[in-house]
Amino acid sequence: MSTSPSVDRQRRNLLIGTAAAGGAAGLAVAVPFVESMQPSERAKAMGAPVEVDISKIAPGERMTLEWQGKPVWVLHRTRAQIEGIAKSDELVVDPGVEQAQQPSSLKGNKLRSEKPEFFVAVGVCTHLGCSPVYQQDQDRFYCPCHGSKFDLAGRVYKGVPAPTNLVVPKYTYLSDSKLLIGTDKKEG
Amino acid sequence: MAAADKIVTTTGLLGWVDERFPLTKLFREHMSEYYAPKNFNFFYFFGALSLLVLVNQILTGIFLTMHYKPDAASAFASVEYIMREVNFGWLIRYMHSTGASAFFIVVYLHMFRGLIYGSYRKPRELIWIFGVIIFLMLMGEAFFGYLLPWGQMSFWGAQVIVNLFGAVPFIGPDLSVWIRGDFVVSDATLNRFFAFHVIALPLAICGLVAAHIMALHEVGSNNPDGVEIKKTKDPVTGHPLDGIPFHPYYTVKDLFGVSVFLFVFCAIIFFAPEMGGYFLEANNFIPANPMQTPPHIAPVWYFTPFYSILRAVPPVFESQFPGVACMGLSVMAFFLMPWLDRGAVRSIRYRGAHFKTWLALFVASLFILGYLGTQPTDVWGRFGEGVPLVGGSERATWGARLFSLVYFLYFILMPWYTRWDKTKPEPTRVTG
Repeated sequence: MSTSPSVDRQRRNLLIGTAAAGGAAGLAVAVPFVESMQPSERAKAMGAPVEVDISKIAPGERMTLEWQGKPVWVLHRTRAQIEGIAKSDELVVDPGVEQAQQPSSLKGNKLRSEKPEFFVAVGVCTHLGCSPVYQQDQDRFYCPCHGSKFDLAGRVYKGVPAPTNLVVPKYTYLSDSKLLIGTDKKEG
Repeated sequence: MAAADKIVTTTGLLGWVDERFPLTKLFREHMSEYYAPKNFNFFYFFGALSLLVLVNQILTGIFLTMHYKPDAASAFASVEYIMREVNFGWLIRYMHSTGASAFFIVVYLHMFRGLIYGSYRKPRELIWIFGVIIFLMLMGEAFFGYLLPWGQMSFWGAQVIVNLFGAVPFIGPDLSVWIRGDFVVSDATLNRFFAFHVIALPLAICGLVAAHIMALHEVGSNNPDGVEIKKTKDPVTGHPLDGIPFHPYYTVKDLFGVSVFLFVFCAIIFFAPEMGGYFLEANNFIPANPMQTPPHIAPVWYFTPFYSILRAVPPVFESQFPGVACMGLSVMAFFLMPWLDRGAVRSIRYRGAHFKTWLALFVASLFILGYLGTQPTDVWGRFGEGVPLVGGSERATWGARLFSLVYFLYFILMPWYTRWDKTKPEPTRVTG
């Protein structure tokens, strides 16, 4: 039928043209629906920096707070724990802290912190987002979901599912006892 | 119009309907004159049972949505409200939660039937493909539904699975944010998972089930002998000699299967709805806490073989994508079955030792991976430090690697072992 010589070429082209334009318009309708599933303005506004008082954290203890809906840890490392980090150099994937998992000012800093005593990290496993457990007796973080391990500088061990070190967020000291998490500027 | 020259033999109300809608025609084509092989066995109950469980899930689901609140602040409490204060809410909820596990039990047995009798082979490839898509959708349905009670396991399970998409190269991180609608699993995530769970996927599943059954009735059912009943027809009636009308023969047989199934189903609902933590996990009775992962998290039993495969694959070049890809492939591999199998016969009854061995290995690895997926990775302890290559590492992780390999080899080697197999000659008619 379609191959019959009596086909009106002009009409056929118009038909193809309008069908193509209609199809394209139909596809474009998907855009608002797909975009509606992106984080809303309210969700985006939840990322404001958080202030925290670190003076109450006893040596060896870890504090967990919420920032952008994620757990953030502040670990008060003891002298022995700080010295122990150097010993795990052989066990970790990235002993020289080359991976871009911390603010650029901490690159190459083996303790991955501004002050040696206070380690700040996002408490989310880089494998699939569980929150690792602080195993104080073994001086490490252990992820209960898939068995990933990190040292007390958040450096990932070799041979575990997590590919990279724990993320260290931007933070700044407002005073010796006050930390502002989520920005490296004092103004927030 | 065609309606004028169509012949309607029914009278009365039915005749009135038949003149306007092909009611009698549909009933004949799909029930009273759909000829199914007369030798269906135990394994042929599970298609009808899947349909029964689907109806159960939809009906109980409708009544649960009357009381459930898809809101992070009130979801957990609304489920407890259903359990404690809504009249018979506990029963409806247990029917739904037990139904989820029952769905996977019957679907897995239904798929196993396909594997042993070669039901995926030409000309039934599309039935099989629709079925695998239904299986994928069912996994999505179970996953979305599991977030809704907003317990600890709900939350962290969703966290892990959504982050799987974050491992996709290049677009991964944006993709997982888009799925969640937020930077973490949150109220936005719960609300959209509710939408997927109660409308999007059930609608798609119902449509695919219709396509699955239409494709089946187009080519006819396979049977435990794997021979085509349409090859031997009665010269007078034109009906297959080894076929019997689906109704009343199989409707009655399926009703018997349904009553046995309901005995077991009700026993679980009334006496063991949590099934020792396998159907409802203990940690899910704790409200979701984004700050703390429970010390041991595991998916519900029906996902554990795939979860084990995910956990077994180590990262490559700082990327966890290979593990995610392997888990995806472990399900996708089923799509290829019709083309991987090069055997001369369909049914296991006439296959040789190669096929039987690989099928046994496949089922065994599925069970072992399933078990390992419910356990922490150090469940079998560690190898001694002195052992070469694997010294000091977890035995269970290596076990999962070994059985993941067996799982995949079942598919990868199938074109060869099915062809080399010493098969027995197929009979021309069904045997019993």
